[in-house]
Amino acid sequence: MNRSRTAALVGNPNAGKSALFNALTGARQKIANYPGVTVERKSGRLVLPNGEPMELVDLPGSYSFDTTSPDEEVTRKVVHGEFAGEATPEVIVLVLDAANLEQHLVFAQEVLELGRPTVVALNMVDLAERDGLVLDPLALSQALGVPVVPTVAVRRRGLAELVAAIASAEARGEDAAAPQPHITLPERRLAARNMAKAAILSETAQHRLHAGLDKLLLNPWLGPLVLFALLFVVFQAVFAGAAPFADGLEAGVAAISDWVTATLPGGFLRDLLTEGVLAGVGSVVVFLPQIVILFFFILVMEASGYMARAAFLMDRMMAMVGLSGRSFIPLLSSFACAIPGIMATRSIADPKDRLTTILIAPLMTCSARLPVYAVVIAAVVPNRAVFGPVGLQGLVLFGLYVLGIVGAMIAALVLRRTVTRGAASGFIMEMPRYQWPRLKDLAIGLWQRAWIFLRRAGTIIFTVTIVLWLMLSFPKAAPGESQVDASIAGHLANGLAVVVEPIGFNRDMALSLIPAMAAREVAVSSLATTYAVDASDEDSEAAGLREQLAARWTLPMGLAFLAWFVFAPQCLSTIAVARRETNGWKWPAFMLGYLFALAYIFAGATYWLASAAGL
Amino acid sequence: MTLDELETGRRALITAVEWDQLAPEEGKRLRALGLDCGARIAVAHRGVFAARDPLAVMVGRMTVALRRVHAKAMQVEPV
Repeated sequence: MNRSRTAALVGNPNAGKSALFNALTGARQKIANYPGVTVERKSGRLVLPNGEPMELVDLPGSYSFDTTSPDEEVTRKVVHGEFAGEATPEVIVLVLDAANLEQHLVFAQEVLELGRPTVVALNMVDLAERDGLVLDPLALSQALGVPVVPTVAVRRRGLAELVAAIASAEARGEDAAAPQPHITLPERRLAARNMAKAAILSETAQHRLHAGLDKLLLNPWLGPLVLFALLFVVFQAVFAGAAPFADGLEAGVAAISDWVTATLPGGFLRDLLTEGVLAGVGSVVVFLPQIVILFFFILVMEASGYMARAAFLMDRMMAMVGLSGRSFIPLLSSFACAIPGIMATRSIADPKDRLTTILIAPLMTCSARLPVYAVVIAAVVPNRAVFGPVGLQGLVLFGLYVLGIVGAMIAALVLRRTVTRGAASGFIMEMPRYQWPRLKDLAIGLWQRAWIFLRRAGTIIFTVTIVLWLMLSFPKAAPGESQVDASIAGHLANGLAVVVEPIGFNRDMALSLIPAMAAREVAVSSLATTYAVDASDEDSEAAGLREQLAARWTLPMGLAFLAWFVFAPQCLSTIAVARRETNGWKWPAFMLGYLFALAYIFAGATYWLASAAGL
Repeated sequence: MTLDELETGRRALITAVEWDQLAPEEGKRLRALGLDCGARIAVAHRGVFAARDPLAVMVGRMTVALRRVHAKAMQVEPV
C-alpha cells in the first residue's frame, strides 16, 4: 500500500521552525486550515536523498503537551496520532534554538517520551555563536539518544544532512526512537539544565545587541515614541504608497471592461461581464496593494521580533477594555482596511481575545469610509472655522474617527463580559530575540497572504456582486421608468425606506445602502446615479453630488447618514474574511447583527438630537 | 517580597508561587516558560504609564513578558 509518508516539524515557538520549513520546502507549500479550528496547516514537499518525495508538515509551536492554546492542541493531537484525518508523522523533526537550549530541551524531552523516530535540528547555531555560545552537537546527541544536526535555516547550512537524517530515521522506523520514561516537569527542567550545560563548550557574555535594542525600544519614554513614528511611516506607506498601484489596477480593470464592451455585442452577457463581474472583482482587487504593503510591514515586525515589543508597550492600554497587547496591531491595521486587520488576528493566541478583536475590527475607520465621509461632510456641514485654523468640517471628520475608536473599545468591554466572556486572557508572551528578516521568508509570507485574500474573499464577493447586479438589473424597466425603481433592489429599497425612515433616512439614502453592502464607497456612486448626476469621473461625480446633497439633505439627515457609516458593517469582503477566520457563519452573522443595531441606534439618536437642537 | 516589587536589573530566585491566584491556563503557560519555583530571574523592563505594567522578565537566556497580577503571585528572594 502506498501510504502517505510525512515528517513533522515540532518545537517551541521562536525556534526558527518556519524559516527551516521554508528552506526545506521552498515555495511549494500548501496552506489550509485544520478542520474545525482556525489553526493553519502548512505542508510542503521534501525530496529525500534517493529522490523519493515526503510530505513535511510545519506544526504550530508549542511549549508543552499540557496545552494552553488551540495551536498547541493541534500539535499534541497530530504527534500523538489522535487528529482525525491527519496521518501520524513517520518522523518527528524536533527543532531547537541553539541559543535557548536549556528552555527548549524541556519540551524536547516530552516529545522524545513518545518513542517516535526523531531527528533533532539544532537550529540557528550562527546566532548562538554570535551570542558567544559554542555547542557540541555530539554530546547533545548522546544525551538525547537521537541524531542531532546543526542547522542555519536562513543560510541553508546543514539542510542536506538533516534531510539525510530524516530519511535514515524513517528507514529505521521504531529503532530510531529513543523512548524515555515519563518524568515530571521539575525533573525535566533539571535534566534540561544538565544536558544544556554538558553540550555548551564555551559561553561568554550574553546577547549584547539584543539587550541594547530593548533598552531603547522598551524604554518607557522612547519606546512609545519609536512605535508611533514607525506606525506613522506604515500608514503613510499604506495610504500613499498603495494609491498608484490601486489606480493602476483600477485602470487595468477599466481597460478590460472597455475591451469587453467594444468586443461583445450589447446584451445580457456583456452587461453581466462589465457591470457585474468586472466591477465586482475590480472593487476587491483594488484593496490588494494596501494589503500587500500592510502585510509587508507586519511580517517584518513579526520576523524581526519587534511585534512582541509593540504588544508589550500597548498591553496596558488594551487591558483597560479586557484585551491584551496582542490585539493592538490587528486593530491598528483595520484603520487601513479591516480585511488585513482580521487576517492579522492569527497572532493572538487566546481564542476569546482573537474573536473579540475580529468582532470590533470593522469599527476602526477604514479607508473605504473616507469617500463617504468626505462627500457628505462637504455637502451638509458648514465650512467655517471653530477656533484658529480648526475647521468645523475637519472636526466632524475627526469626531467620526474618535466615535469609531470609542465604539470599538466599549464594544470590546461589553463583548468581553457577555458573548466572549472567559478568564482574563492576561498577557504572557515570550519576547523573541531580534533578527534580521530574510527576504525569502517575507516573499513567501506576502505571497500566501495575497493569495488567501484573492481566493477566499474573491470567490464570495464575486458571487454576491453578481447577485446584487442581477437585483439591480431585473426586471427590466419600462420606457420612461428608471431602471433602479423597476428593479428588485428598487422594490427592496422601498421596503427598507420604511425601516430607516424613523432614523431620518429618505428613500434615496435607503437605496444607496443596498449596493453599498458590497463596499461602503459604492454609496457615493450609487447616490450619484440616483440623483442623475451626469458624471464621467469620480471627482466631478463627487463635486456634482455635493451640490445635489446640499440641496436635498438637511444637516440632521447628513449627520445621521455619517453616524450610520461609523457602525454599519457594509463590506462583503470583511464579512467573507470573518467567516473564513472564524470557520463558520455564526460569528459573521453576530457581527452583522450587532453592528447594524448600533448603526441604527446611533443614526437615529443623531437624527433626533440634531433635529431637537434645531440644526 | 513578590516579583512585582523586585527592583529592575536585580537578580533573584523564585521561592514560591501561589498558583491558585492564577487562572489554570496562565499557570500552565508560566510553568511552560520556566517561571516556576527555583528559577533564577531578573526584571529587565517595565511597561509604560504609571502602572509600570507589564513586566519583561529574564529567565535564563529568554525574556518573558507578563502582567503584574502574575508577578504578584510569585515570591522572590534577591541573590
